[in-house]
Amino acid sequence: MASNAIEIREVSRRFGPVCAVDGVSLDIFEGETLGLIGHNGAGKSTLFKMMLGLIPPSSGQILIQGTQVHGAAFRALRRAIGYLPENLAFYENLTGLETLRFFARLKGCGQEQCMALLKKLGLEHAANRRVDGYSKGMRQRLGFAQALLGSPRILFLDEPTNGLDPEGIREFYDILGELKQTGVTVIITSHILFEIQERVQRLAVMKSGKLHALGTVQQLREEVNLPLTVHLRLSGSPQRVRDALAGIPLESLEAQDGHVMIRCMHQHRMELLRRLYALEGLDDITVREPSLEDIFLGYAA
Amino acid sequence: MLEAKQIRTVTAKEFRDRIRNRWVIAVAIIFTLFALAIVYFGAAQQGEVGFRNIELTIASLVSLVIYLIPLIALILGYDAIVGERERGSLDLLLSMPITRLELLLGKFLGLSLALTCSTLLGFGLVGLLLAGQTDAEALYHYAGFMFSAILLGLVFLSLAVMVSVLARDRARASGAAIGVWFLFVLVYDLILLGVLVLSGGEFGEDLFPLLLLFNPADIFRLLNIFSLEDLKTFYGLATVFPASLSNPWLLGSMMVAWIIAPLAVAQWRFK
Repeated sequence: MASNAIEIREVSRRFGPVCAVDGVSLDIFEGETLGLIGHNGAGKSTLFKMMLGLIPPSSGQILIQGTQVHGAAFRALRRAIGYLPENLAFYENLTGLETLRFFARLKGCGQEQCMALLKKLGLEHAANRRVDGYSKGMRQRLGFAQALLGSPRILFLDEPTNGLDPEGIREFYDILGELKQTGVTVIITSHILFEIQERVQRLAVMKSGKLHALGTVQQLREEVNLPLTVHLRLSGSPQRVRDALAGIPLESLEAQDGHVMIRCMHQHRMELLRRLYALEGLDDITVREPSLEDIFLGYAA
Repeated sequence: MLEAKQIRTVTAKEFRDRIRNRWVIAVAIIFTLFALAIVYFGAAQQGEVGFRNIELTIASLVSLVIYLIPLIALILGYDAIVGERERGSLDLLLSMPITRLELLLGKFLGLSLALTCSTLLGFGLVGLLLAGQTDAEALYHYAGFMFSAILLGLVFLSLAVMVSVLARDRARASGAAIGVWFLFVLVYDLILLGVLVLSGGEFGEDLFPLLLLFNPADIFRLLNIFSLEDLKTFYGLATVFPASLSNPWLLGSMMVAWIIAPLAVAQWRFK
């Protein structure tokens, strides 16, 4: 059993009459990558800020490596935490290198890291240019470089691929993959769900301030039990398909120009496929599991 | 437990910012031009042009500085915190191993350094020009004037940082900063005077001098009048103001208290 990097115990946060986070309990394991998803206003950002000690919980407590997230003891721990905020803003007057040096000084880590990190993020050519001339993607890279200062053990990444082009997104996940090898704990939020579903060990779904669901993508899939989709291409009348599947409860069956789309629940899938394979004139068959988007929408609905 | 290194890091960054965007040099030039105009053309209304004596020059400079420095300090500092909050850089800063107090002090000291440099440069240049035309005692008074002008700037910078912490957004912060300027530079004395006149002078006697100490702009004026023997009678304030309260050390301490108090409120409300 892995030990806990972060323990969230019955944490709530109210802003006046609004309860932004409502009784959330969650353990995040050492070295795991956890995806935090939910609609805007679901309480993700508030939970993020509480984990970083930026706002105190109204009730409950948060421990990072066994330490409360405020006070003098947490200050030392902050050096081991990297944070990439969703709305990045830098000092426009400073160059990229100066920006990193400023944060490196605050974090108490070596200045020599700065240039190395700029290189790693592909910004070495812009190191001595002022940030006000940076594109959105360059700012995001600079933000990621900043989060990696001091080789953090825990990384908080809020919408980290915002504004990155496809190449940038791939590079970002390559670096994240390297970090995971070294046992870094990563908490990541993203609106682009298909992007993170392959890259997180577990997902935490938030809805109306509550932790709505928690588990691996597979577990959530089974829990929600959404229909899967089977797509066929075959010659001859689609009525043959209907006949062949008689007795299996289907969610839907649509046919058009030799293409048939069938949706059915998970528990009937093997029986369905057996009968379909026995059909004559079957040219092609594909099975699509519900995507993270589907799961997410299933939960949020 | 304050870490000096964290404060220094923020101070250095803020100061370098103001050097780089030419704020320090621009304000220094403004001070120099205004001071030169007052020194050489201050007596133009009386049909004279050129340097008169140091007492009158300082008196004229005081009435200029009392408007100008608070305004510049408030403009410099009003968005120190609320600006970071509105841009979204405050969260990132506070996720670093830095406390809110260290951040506040770092910002305040960095901006103070910028304003102090501008004041020293701007009025120092004029002081050098005056050096050839006056004696050592006059220069001593001029140095005192510069020092008190720096204190005045720091007081209003501290007020600006407080406004910057209390205000919800930049627009409100700028409004509040203008309000602070009006209150201390224009309205406060008018109200005191009004009360004094309405009460037929009875209310004044003991309270009036004390109330002046609750306005940093008035303290600045007093610091520069009471250091000049000739002007005590010139302003006719010697009769109202008891000698016990005109001690420059007391007045200086009040200025320092005026620097600390708003910062303390800012720290208390900074969440």
